[in-house]
Amino acid sequence: MRVMAQMAMVMNLDKCIGCHTCSVTCKQAWTNRSGTEYVWFNNVETRPGQGYPRTYEDQETWKGGWQLNRRGRLTLKGGGRLRKLLTIFSNPKMPSIQDYYEPWTYDYSTLTDAPAQEHTPVARPKSLISGQDMKVTWSANWDDDLGGSAATAERDPILKKVGDKVRFEFEQTFMFYLPRICEHCLNPSCAASCPSGAIYKRSEDGIVLVDQDRCRGWRMCISGCPYKKVYFNHRTGKAEKCTFCFPRVEVGLPTVCSETCVGRLRYIGLVLYDADKVLEAASTTDEQGLYEAQREVFLDPSDPAVRREAERAGIPHDWVEAAQRSPVYALINRYKVALPLHPEYRTMPMVWYIPPLSPVVDVIKETGEDPEDRGNLFAAIDALRIPIEYLAELFTAGDVAPVDLVLRKLAAMRSYMRDINLGRDPDPTIPQAVGMSEEELYDMFRLLALAKYDERYVIPPAHAEQAHSLEELATECSLDYEGGPGMGGSGPFGEGSGGTTPIAVENFHMLQDRQTADTAAAPAGKGARVNLLNWDGRGAPSGLFPPKPDDSESEADQR
Amino acid sequence: MNEILWVVFPYICLTVFVVGHFWRYRYDKFGWTTRSSQLYEDRLLRWGSPLFHFGILAVFLGHVMGLGIPKSWTEAVGISEGLYHFLAVSIGAIAGFGTVVGLAILIYRRRTVGPVFSATTRMDKVMYLFLATVIVLGLVNTVVANIFGHYDYRDGVSVWFRGIFRFDLHPELMAEAPLSFQLHGLAAIALFALWPFTRLVHVFSAPVGYLTRPYIVYRSRDDRIASHSPRRGWEDDR
Repeated sequence: MRVMAQMAMVMNLDKCIGCHTCSVTCKQAWTNRSGTEYVWFNNVETRPGQGYPRTYEDQETWKGGWQLNRRGRLTLKGGGRLRKLLTIFSNPKMPSIQDYYEPWTYDYSTLTDAPAQEHTPVARPKSLISGQDMKVTWSANWDDDLGGSAATAERDPILKKVGDKVRFEFEQTFMFYLPRICEHCLNPSCAASCPSGAIYKRSEDGIVLVDQDRCRGWRMCISGCPYKKVYFNHRTGKAEKCTFCFPRVEVGLPTVCSETCVGRLRYIGLVLYDADKVLEAASTTDEQGLYEAQREVFLDPSDPAVRREAERAGIPHDWVEAAQRSPVYALINRYKVALPLHPEYRTMPMVWYIPPLSPVVDVIKETGEDPEDRGNLFAAIDALRIPIEYLAELFTAGDVAPVDLVLRKLAAMRSYMRDINLGRDPDPTIPQAVGMSEEELYDMFRLLALAKYDERYVIPPAHAEQAHSLEELATECSLDYEGGPGMGGSGPFGEGSGGTTPIAVENFHMLQDRQTADTAAAPAGKGARVNLLNWDGRGAPSGLFPPKPDDSESEADQR
Repeated sequence: MNEILWVVFPYICLTVFVVGHFWRYRYDKFGWTTRSSQLYEDRLLRWGSPLFHFGILAVFLGHVMGLGIPKSWTEAVGISEGLYHFLAVSIGAIAGFGTVVGLAILIYRRRTVGPVFSATTRMDKVMYLFLATVIVLGLVNTVVANIFGHYDYRDGVSVWFRGIFRFDLHPELMAEAPLSFQLHGLAAIALFALWPFTRLVHVFSAPVGYLTRPYIVYRSRDDRIASHSPRRGWEDDR
């Protein structure tokens, strides 16, 4: 057993309203630069739909991820090492900008600069790639809310798998949203495809990153990733991808997409897994067995044997404790309601999803029946084969049974909790029907429906033993580096000289202080400061003036 | 004059080549990339880029053979003058032709495809000028001089070239060479001086290590890219 820790995420699709706040805040934080206009580390897709980039899930075309070769060995679907090197001068499977969309802006200045004329001037769309006038025909979520789907949705590769029956039922279709970030896979095919070895998995928390100094722009990662979540920065000529907001996660803050999620549907936590079992699990012959196989790679952090091995592997004690409280582990392995996205790509993705019950609920609602009645819900789950087959193609390589069971659990939670909320006696047969105890069902409700901040995000800060150096400048001298003069106090040329303050650390700690403080604007530890916005002008609140050294008692009286 | 052209100039350019690469790698790892434009355009690149790159690789091997290996060695292993000549002209012409066609497609693409042209730097344009000059003159040498002329570069240019690295200089050998060989040589030397400051640096990161490394790279949390303060630039932390 070789225990490793992985920072993972679960998204509860039932709560996603498709508001794109995660995408927008992520873009503002990370890809609001030239060269990354079309780059969405986080995007929200309407399903059914083609996704972003268009039809990325069709691996017969794009050849992303892994496959088993004839001898049952795991190989890159896009071809082995030699083939990669031979096609390096022109990657045959790389999506072009047209498969994403051509980013554009508007020629706004015309609106104010245009000379007097008969017609109102218009701001024309200008391509951000070529600078020329362009016709806007597609974008990152052109088919949002099924817009235009009557014409385009038939190209959805998942819909094709589900079959023809969808087409004639399209009028009474179902819809849900699928927010996607990088999966930070246990077996990342982008990293395996990188000729330079620039993409790596961090051994501490499993976050997959691109070393910008080592990337040489060979573009193999872009075609290697089946989720198409590695992007090519066309200005710098380097690959970029979701970083799981590692500077935030390292100080214990959730990612930007999670933090700003209005539906509070994202969960972040650690899972411990057995690194020795990953390859074996990814090589499972039956595609539909991959979900179970991946679940079995995870280790139970409350098992004493696992804890012992984890300590031996150098995982800090507080991390093991955080893994025990991990909402992600609970949703995946305790309640078993979270499912991986496309396990058939064999990359062992680490962002999992709770499939939405809403298509089922919507249908019942439309019939006028009670959508919280267990019988109605279970009957509808049985009847609505198409949405469920569709979900199964997304999450379990087409195996309907696990999706069915998850939806039943969600339905059971709905009807069980209704009794409690209405003050009726809870019906113990409801949890029994889905193989759960009453307590478990209630705990699941607490995690899914109440979704407290501290329970959604259980993020141990990076390495307790390094916490001191993370806060370096607050507590230690900037000259205390090896070979430095080790002077006390300020730098060699007076205050402000010497090392630079890492702004990231300062900002993130400040943000965390503010979020965890009791008052809105007076962070703890800043006792000497006074918030003048709250001051009504009468009297002198403590800290408004520095204390007089000789007259401390009279000041106390004033207060 | 001969000394300046065929001794001083090459040494200056080669020094710039070596020191320039060292400097670029030390201070501009982030800028060390192929600067691929495949994202913008694929149809022309699909033909032009492999043609050019495989062609230039063959041309490079030809140069190793022609410039690097003395005539006496090839004769010692039994390759006759005639056979060598035949191989050099035939393979060289094919590789050179492929390279030129590839380069022509790529330059045409760079000029006519809007996004690609707007992503072209001034340095790229200078580099293209020199690269195209060197390659075209090289093809001229192979085809015209080898078929119609009777200059044996292995007794002239090659001896001078090897001399550069042995500090055994024979500028007079270059002065005797036909004009097209002289121009090819001068343009190539100038290109070497430009090399470290262009996208051509990607040649030196040809990812041959990919063939042997494990698929998944694990790395420990990197202090330099984490939320720590960066180390001082002048402190050698490698």
